[in-house]
Amino acid sequence: MAFAKAIRERLSGNEAVATALKQINPDVVAAYPITPSTEVVHYFAQYYADGEVNTEFVAVESEHSAMSACIGAASAGGRSATVTAACGLALMWELLYVASGTRLPITLAVVNRALSGPININNDHSDSMGARDSGWIQLYAENNQEAYDNYICSVRIAEHKDVQLPVMSCQDGFITSHAIENIELLEDAEVKKFVGKYNCDFNMLSGTPTSVGPYDTPMFYFEHQYQRAMAMKNSKQVILDVYKEFAKLTGREYGLFEEYRCEDAERVIVVLNSSAGTAKYTCDKLREKGEKVGVIKIRVFRPFPLEELAAALSKFKAVAVMDKADSFSGIGGPVFTDVRHACYELENRPHIINYIYGLGGRDVTEENFVTVYNALAEVVKTGKTGEIYRHVGVRGV
Amino acid sequence: MSKMVEIRWHGRGGQGAKTASLLLADAAFMTGKFVQGFPEYGPERMGAPISAFNRISDERSPLHSNIYEPDYVVVVDATLLSAVDVVSGLKKDGAIIINSEKTPEEFRPLLEGYAGRIYTIDASQIAEEELKNRNLSNTSMLGAVVKVSGVIPEANLIKDMEDSMKHKFADKPHVIDSNMKALQRGMKEVKG
Repeated sequence: MAFAKAIRERLSGNEAVATALKQINPDVVAAYPITPSTEVVHYFAQYYADGEVNTEFVAVESEHSAMSACIGAASAGGRSATVTAACGLALMWELLYVASGTRLPITLAVVNRALSGPININNDHSDSMGARDSGWIQLYAENNQEAYDNYICSVRIAEHKDVQLPVMSCQDGFITSHAIENIELLEDAEVKKFVGKYNCDFNMLSGTPTSVGPYDTPMFYFEHQYQRAMAMKNSKQVILDVYKEFAKLTGREYGLFEEYRCEDAERVIVVLNSSAGTAKYTCDKLREKGEKVGVIKIRVFRPFPLEELAAALSKFKAVAVMDKADSFSGIGGPVFTDVRHACYELENRPHIINYIYGLGGRDVTEENFVTVYNALAEVVKTGKTGEIYRHVGVRGV
Repeated sequence: MSKMVEIRWHGRGGQGAKTASLLLADAAFMTGKFVQGFPEYGPERMGAPISAFNRISDERSPLHSNIYEPDYVVVVDATLLSAVDVVSGLKKDGAIIINSEKTPEEFRPLLEGYAGRIYTIDASQIAEEELKNRNLSNTSMLGAVVKVSGVIPEANLIKDMEDSMKHKFADKPHVIDSNMKALQRGMKEVKG
């Protein structure tokens, strides 16, 4: 089957997301700039000034206001979007829960950056990982192409009748947001056709008097939380369906996670975002030496693909889960605790260890992944998991 | 994977090393290559040492780390030689290109442990003459690195670079001609 025409370009991750936003042409974009996501707002403001979008662009005074404006616009039946990073996402916190709890399909581009303090503008995942329990769907991207593709898909996922939840699409600050790489874009008309028109059944402009966000008494609050949780559960199938339709359009096939050279693998690294590329590169080099290694790249972290990951991991002897954020629980990072939990019911559980890596922009190298694969080889050899909570790339450890 | 060329740029904040790396990525893209152009971000202040990187290859590179064993090193500001180990990891069959009025031989004693090729280009002087600003040396450095590395075929280079600059400087078209002159002088006047 013929795919839609691909426009070959070279764009940074930020310009890729801005381009997706332009092509989606939301009703309302409300944003406040913060490094390293600022460029997306710059680009979009330019599109707005040049009349390339007919979006209502609201230059708000804070991220709290940005999300509030999106919530207002979505409540009125508008398709709304915003962009942020790090402390900006933290300032949205209160409203993240309001957006998902009110079941508003807002899309948010997160350009992952470390949370203060001490202050740091560089990449890690402490911002979006902190928001993992806020009722937002979370998608992660290895490069500019995936950031663009995820963002376009996120609109369809969020607005699906079985979901009606907001989606945050994440990519690594600077590492992909500021790196120019090749990318294939869709034509504007194809994107517009794919995302379609947003039809909201319940909105304040529908002509039927509607209340949004009123006090929810103990008589109803629990039921609403249950519905939100079930919506998150349902979204897994919707995400797969949307990706399938996207693949028909572009030829680019995406799932909940990607298994890279895992067929006969014994040792596997689980990782998300840009470092997955460096892990794959390392994996290729070790494969050339005959080592049975692989990579699993998680794309969808919320909802968490528990059954699917468990089935994949059951084939391996030892697994290292990489976390670019610590949850300061003393037992490992957020990706690790979920992945390890996924394996509890397995009859043949692999050994699973955690590595905290790359915090605050510490460069993540081929050497780091060699260290991790070697540690897994030691686990396989001795048959002992050893310390589960480990660090790589940090001095003095 | 086919041969991948890796280039590391050293400059000081405000000298345009990042812009040069993005322009090179742009120009290489125009010739059909897969490219990466990215800076290493730190505290962004004028004069602080910064690095920027390029990967250029025939297939997409999945690597998303900085470059530790470059094929080429470009030094936009020669005063960095006393502050940064610019030849760290530089491949023996690679080359270093330094912005300076001095000859390559004069730098040999300063680059301890490095036995490869050394080139110099008086990019600041070219910048002063063509762009009326000694600090805008990055386009002539770009010309020099393209000439030395051969990473872009020379035949279509000038046109590709002009297209890249039109993209990069879309909001200030008046700087394109002078930058193109600086670029061509960089190609012509590099010594090695």
